[in-house]
Amino acid sequence: MYKLLLCWRYLRTRYIALASVISVTLGVATMIVVNSVMEGFTSEMQNRIHGIISDVVLESRNFSGAMNAAWHEERIRQAAGEDIEAMTPTVVTPAMLTILRNGQEINRPIQLIGIDAATQSDVSDFGRYLQHPENRRQMHWELREDGYDVRDHQAGPDAPERPQMAEAGWKYRRVLAQFQQFQQPFLRPGSEAATEQVTRESGPRSSSPHPNPLPKGEETEAWPLLDSESPEAFASGGEAAPGKDPFFGYQQEKPFDMATQQHTGIVLGIAMATIRRLKDPDNPNGGTEDLLLVRPGDDVLLWLPTVGTPPTFRSEKCTVVDLYESKMSEYDANFAFVPIRRLQELRGMIDPTTQVGNFNSIQMRLKPGAGGEAVRDKLRAAFPVECFAVETWRDKQGPLLSAVEMETRILNVLLFFIIAVAGFGILAIFFMIVVEKTRDIGILKSLGASSRGVMSIFLTYGLLLGAVGSGVGLALGLLFVYYINEVADLLAWVTGRPVFDPTIYYFSRIPTIIEPHTLAWIVLGAIGIAVAASIFPARRAARLHPVEALRYE
Amino acid sequence: MSKKSPNILCEPASRPPRMSSASLMAKDRRVDAAARQLEARGVSKSYRKGSVVVPVLQDLDVAVQEGEFLAIVGQSGSGKSTLLHLLGTLDAPDQGEIWFEGRRIDNLPRAQQEELRNRRFGMIFQFYHLLPELTTLENVLSPLMIAEGVGSYLRRRRGHRETALKLLEMVGLSHRLKHKPRELSGGEMQRAAIARSLVANPSLLLADEPTGNLDQSTGQEILALLRTLNERAKLTIVMVTHDPVLADQADRIVRLARGRIET
Repeated sequence: MYKLLLCWRYLRTRYIALASVISVTLGVATMIVVNSVMEGFTSEMQNRIHGIISDVVLESRNFSGAMNAAWHEERIRQAAGEDIEAMTPTVVTPAMLTILRNGQEINRPIQLIGIDAATQSDVSDFGRYLQHPENRRQMHWELREDGYDVRDHQAGPDAPERPQMAEAGWKYRRVLAQFQQFQQPFLRPGSEAATEQVTRESGPRSSSPHPNPLPKGEETEAWPLLDSESPEAFASGGEAAPGKDPFFGYQQEKPFDMATQQHTGIVLGIAMATIRRLKDPDNPNGGTEDLLLVRPGDDVLLWLPTVGTPPTFRSEKCTVVDLYESKMSEYDANFAFVPIRRLQELRGMIDPTTQVGNFNSIQMRLKPGAGGEAVRDKLRAAFPVECFAVETWRDKQGPLLSAVEMETRILNVLLFFIIAVAGFGILAIFFMIVVEKTRDIGILKSLGASSRGVMSIFLTYGLLLGAVGSGVGLALGLLFVYYINEVADLLAWVTGRPVFDPTIYYFSRIPTIIEPHTLAWIVLGAIGIAVAASIFPARRAARLHPVEALRYE
Repeated sequence: MSKKSPNILCEPASRPPRMSSASLMAKDRRVDAAARQLEARGVSKSYRKGSVVVPVLQDLDVAVQEGEFLAIVGQSGSGKSTLLHLLGTLDAPDQGEIWFEGRRIDNLPRAQQEELRNRRFGMIFQFYHLLPELTTLENVLSPLMIAEGVGSYLRRRRGHRETALKLLEMVGLSHRLKHKPRELSGGEMQRAAIARSLVANPSLLLADEPTGNLDQSTGQEILALLRTLNERAKLTIVMVTHDPVLADQADRIVRLARGRIET
């Protein structure tokens, strides 16, 4: 009983001891904030990666892909069907994108993905990342009339504006068509010759929304202007008057009416289509805007390799029908999506006898609760490993995720050291307190208190101090996390620079996740350190000789 | 250790009249062996300071009878406090034995010695030695708080409180219950210490220069209080002092010089 009473009195009368505990408080608060922010980031990132890649992916190692997606899907169902909710095939190929803007050709290497619009959204979050509300509900390869989001629907009100998106879709395309017609007279000198060349050498081909497959006999025929045998076509198109349209030489026999027709629909990753910049270059906190290089309604050119050895190159004109924003820069800068059938045709992946196309991979979504690793292993057993690679989304992004995990762990260790340093402060102060209380310890022993009892007074004192420090640290940390965005704004105001540069980071609100498990560990660890720090002084107190202690001045 | 301790709150019992100092001196060795409550037999103690050994007590014998008021007199440095500490098991003799109520106590396990100090011995010191963070009442209750765990203490709280209040009333400190030691005068602190030493109803009171820090009249008050306790409740008191005048007020005087009892 005396131990509790004394402990309590010591706590109440010695406020300086709380100073030693301040480092514990700060350490705990910092750990909580850092852990919850990192948890938030990681979770966001994982969700996105997972949403994009889908649960399990079966990939063919063959560049030309494997034949007959439906057959493979059936085999997958046989091997692991009870866990699989949905599947979708894709064709994947590296390609080159050419964007025309202000008379420049902007080339970007991309990953071109042929998807089945009907089933892709069952498997991944593809639909969620599109800019048109209708497309989010059901993706179509037809250009929409109007109504593209002017602002990223996934972010908050601080999201950068894209005012140009208000002018996108057919509405915009018709205006563009008029403008290009208006430009025509200025390009006349080289144009007629080019047109004649083209019509002589190319086969009949229209650019209606559902183009016919290329005649198989002309598999390796290069497109006009790519044909090295007709450099004049290229040259004449190129030496035209200023403001030439490089697409001009590709004009078909049947004149393509831009105002009413579109090419193959393509969805571009938003990063390759935009440049992000500050609205006011002098004010980093003034908000950002995205300048669009292309928007839905514009045409772009694709160059892609066919299958077969050696591969040749095909080009295809496409109309941008939507933009894809997943907030993962790796995907937004590199991915473009086209209808799978069209891509198969272009690459020559369609079997002439069965009209069934090859595929490069099958993405699968699992039923809730199904284990990705288990399904992966079943499929690895079912499909020969030389031909197919089966991976879960974690396998595919393994290095990235484990790098983040390692980062978190190291941070935790470092921050825990701060608390450990606080422990030494507690040790020092407790030692002084024991020295100060030497006579009182002698008194207690003369009254019959045991050494163990005296020791436990100081151990309990350490425990209480640790608990007080951790408790305050916990409250402070949680407060910080709750108001983290306000704190970030305050910091930005004080330092003049934003904490998270909006031109680089995609989110406008800092994501945080508070996990009770982590909180418990942090608090218990801090208290543990406080108790451990009080062991040495407590033992010293216990070992004091009553007579010597009583004599202590 | 099964003898019933005198209840200091009982009515005074009759006792023989005090003897003069001269006759006291002569009676030194004629202490009744059967009634010895606390005694030191052939006790030696020395202090070590590096390589220098300072002998303080050398082959010393002293005994106190039950109900006796014994004064141990000596100059400072004569080892009288050391002797008291040895008698109270606060320290262990290098040689010799300490006996209490027919049992040897200097070689008991620590826990039993602690119980002795807590329940059977009361101790008061020259510098009072009250715990500064506790109030007067809490200080008086502290031996009981040490004796019992949280559960049983809380259960018996009321009884303990009554005991403490009665004791405080007896020493005349009822108006100072909530005060901290630093707010009390020297005399008040010593009285609180006396009350504390009596709260567990001990058989024996050990007093180490109880009036050393007090002025003449306050000292007399304290001594009067001790005498009352000794006469009324037949509480055995062993008092150590350097002042022969004070020692005179005891039943018997023992002189300590150069580490030995003078005969």
